[in-house]
Amino acid sequence: MTQDFSDVLVIGAGVVGCAVAREVSRDALRVCVLEQAGDVAEGSTKANSAIVHAGYDAAPGSAKARFNVRGNALFEAWCRELDVPFVRNTSLVAAFGDRDLAALEALRLRGERNGVPGLRVLTRDEVRALEPNINRAVVGALLAPSGGICCPYGLTFRLAEHAAANGATFFFERRVVDVARAADGLWHVTTADGGVFRARAVVNAAGLYADELNNRVSAQKLSITPRRGEYLMIDKQYAGTFRATIFQVPTPLGKGVLVSPTVDGTLIVGPTAEDIGDKSDTRTTADGLRKVIESAARVWEQVPAGGVIATFSGLRAHGDRDDFVVGEAPDAPFFFNAAAMESPGLTAAPAVAVWLAEQIGRALDAQRATHYVQHTATWKPFREMTDAQRIAAIADDPSYGRIVCRCENVTEAEIRAAIRCRIGARTLDGVKRRTRAGMGRCQGGFCTPRIIAILCEELGLTPEQITKFGGGSSLLVTTPGARPATLGLSPERCESCVERREVCHD
Amino acid sequence: MTEVDVLVIGGGPAGLAAAVAAREAGCGNVLVLERDDRLGGILQQCIHTGFGLHVFKEELTGPEYAQRFIDRVRALRIPVQCGTMVMDITRDRIVTAVSPAHGLQRFRAKAIVLAMGCRERTRGALMIPGWRPAGVYTAGTAQRFVNMEGWMPGRRVVILGSGDIGLIMARRMTFEGAQVLACVELMPYSSGLTRNVVQCLDDFNIPLMLSHTVTEIHGRERVEGVTVAQVDARRKPIPGTEKRFACDTLLLSVGLIPENELSKAAGVELAQATSGPVVDESLQTGVPGIFACGNVLHVHDLVDFVTIEAESAGRRAAEYARTFNVQRSTLNAEVGAVLRVFDGAGVRGLVPQSICAGRLKDDVPLMFRPAAVFRDAAVVVRIDDAEISRRKHRILTPGEMVRVLVSKDDLRRHAQGRELTVEVEA
Repeated sequence: MTQDFSDVLVIGAGVVGCAVAREVSRDALRVCVLEQAGDVAEGSTKANSAIVHAGYDAAPGSAKARFNVRGNALFEAWCRELDVPFVRNTSLVAAFGDRDLAALEALRLRGERNGVPGLRVLTRDEVRALEPNINRAVVGALLAPSGGICCPYGLTFRLAEHAAANGATFFFERRVVDVARAADGLWHVTTADGGVFRARAVVNAAGLYADELNNRVSAQKLSITPRRGEYLMIDKQYAGTFRATIFQVPTPLGKGVLVSPTVDGTLIVGPTAEDIGDKSDTRTTADGLRKVIESAARVWEQVPAGGVIATFSGLRAHGDRDDFVVGEAPDAPFFFNAAAMESPGLTAAPAVAVWLAEQIGRALDAQRATHYVQHTATWKPFREMTDAQRIAAIADDPSYGRIVCRCENVTEAEIRAAIRCRIGARTLDGVKRRTRAGMGRCQGGFCTPRIIAILCEELGLTPEQITKFGGGSSLLVTTPGARPATLGLSPERCESCVERREVCHD
Repeated sequence: MTEVDVLVIGGGPAGLAAAVAAREAGCGNVLVLERDDRLGGILQQCIHTGFGLHVFKEELTGPEYAQRFIDRVRALRIPVQCGTMVMDITRDRIVTAVSPAHGLQRFRAKAIVLAMGCRERTRGALMIPGWRPAGVYTAGTAQRFVNMEGWMPGRRVVILGSGDIGLIMARRMTFEGAQVLACVELMPYSSGLTRNVVQCLDDFNIPLMLSHTVTEIHGRERVEGVTVAQVDARRKPIPGTEKRFACDTLLLSVGLIPENELSKAAGVELAQATSGPVVDESLQTGVPGIFACGNVLHVHDLVDFVTIEAESAGRRAAEYARTFNVQRSTLNAEVGAVLRVFDGAGVRGLVPQSICAGRLKDDVPLMFRPAAVFRDAAVVVRIDDAEISRRKHRILTPGEMVRVLVSKDDLRRHAQGRELTVEVEA
């Protein structure tokens, strides 16, 4: 069953896949994106530190170093073009002993070789002046002025939206099971539901599964290990505790636990680093969460236990080459990898996308698109509006005056817009990540029923059909009353039948 | 800018009673702002009985209880704005609110009554490890699903926490055909009312597993089970005691948190023990003219006491508004000494936190929760070293709030005292 032809078929709708789709859609190319989940940003993109790294970590000369520094430089403009938040809040690598101080100097030198601007080692007093709430044991820190924070899934939604506005077609719940070069000279990409997508060029942005795709077409094998990181989110009442993203001097297993403000005003603490076997095991563990708090204590002595609003874990796609694998596979022409995009993969995504789009455009001899849409409109979050803007918004659309999520002040108008946009929300989590409804301190306690009702209205579904994130994640079960009458009452049901109920009530 | 004498924030049981009391105390310009589309607050989803035994000497359902106050609000022609979310309160009592009908509004209030209620603690706050599937709900959200929307959240249920809403939902889910496998409580005692443990668990053979907790949630997409383990005296899970329950739903009834984000914005000081505003005996917060009552002040067990408290706040707010133009210094001069109220041994979260004996009109109710379970204990009230009252209790438990009425005569007699302490003597 051959379904679709495309010039460029992107596999994976994470931040990298969507960034590539957006960049290649500048050319007059037919672009398709296949995603195994029900929405964009459902893998590593949704669960990471949300940091735009400065670039002092990666080994000089590596793809990581190159794309990190370039990506960082592109980030601000990209976020502005796409109307998503970005804050260059600076990064600090905090040192807590003489050995750490020596490591800072090494990091600074490495960063300079990578081309990171403005690196400077700060004294204890300078650090304390910048971050008065940092653990008093701090002895110094490396300041990276170009470090920043962003919203990874917010960015990805807008990348997908922009790509879609320029003709890219997204296919969700399409898990790729095979990629092969066919007799017609095209790549034939087979999905689990039996679909075959033909494409001139394939982009492998399959995150944790990118090794499996690469290894189907290339003799240069790749192996990706899921490296799990657990995190805590801290309520926005603690906003302002730290201004910069504060790292600790790195260890061989990663950058260590960081403490950082988010662009949403909350604080993020994490991650742990644990290599696991299962590429979908995003469980949190009692051990992991305890380690986050213990490790963070070096920076934030008393992570406020009462301030935790959510815990989660994400998986980084750690490649066996210890570097990104970006570019055309040497033995598989027109198969482009964006693989092993572990940290700083998010930061690197814009640079990787620009570079890959150039390579692909050249390989396919593409022309610039004639009707390129520069900018796609989005809604402005009510919580970010001035009073004057709020008055105007409600006058224009009264549903802007109906607050659905009390904790984050998300209005009905925003939720409807998030469902109605091109790559619209279809699930509770889809609404949550596009609007922040349900992401606050009550974690959806009050707004979930309202959002289910709005999803039903907008999508023409019944409440029982609404899921948390697609698949079998139904929020509700079918009510007995909704069963076909012919089924009748089973003996089980009699235990709670109406007559008994009346008796029980008294 | 609209001028209001008494602005009530929240149209639940506390707000409604406060508004009625303010109007009945002679305030002609009362306004209630409610964020939901209807009045009554959480009572509307509490369709079980047990409300009103103290106030009406009758057993009412939540909606019936709410309706009595809604009817009085209507009869007194107190203006109400539903669908209106307050965005900000300032120290000088300027209130900003938004609604679809009126857009963005500003009110200048002589007195404000905070009656925003509380929210439920979540899975995130407890940091329960495991997957993050669909099917984990707070008991109140599940209650809304079942009682307001007619939706079923699941069929095989484990409940973590034995707060009253969890207990009520154990029975409610059973009535709706679900199987409730267990109610798991971290503490060695239930945090809910004894009558709810009996009527909602015991009567339905639902086991109450004390000193247990949920240590892991299973299921990638929808809850498939939970692991429950016994905990030691430090409330840490004991290895080897884990037991897995196959269920599709985990309901949480693990505590309520007064919703004081607006209060904080107005500069109102909060008490650590209650998470509610620090108030004096008139239920006035540290910010002059801002009063608080109901679950935003401290989490109650019984709506009847919310009503009684809110009526007092409403009357005091009306009085404050009426005397608004009188020099504050004159009023303060009449107040006299301030008695600080302290939690003694075995006592947690006393409200109010101070009493001005000089201006008392009524006896003062003191409310608190016992810090642990006590049997055959006495609740003793002292001012400085003088014992004011002593009352024996067969049992005191943190799940049941204790209310002690201190007579105004006793307080006046000790008007020069400095500290009032309430203590549980075992």
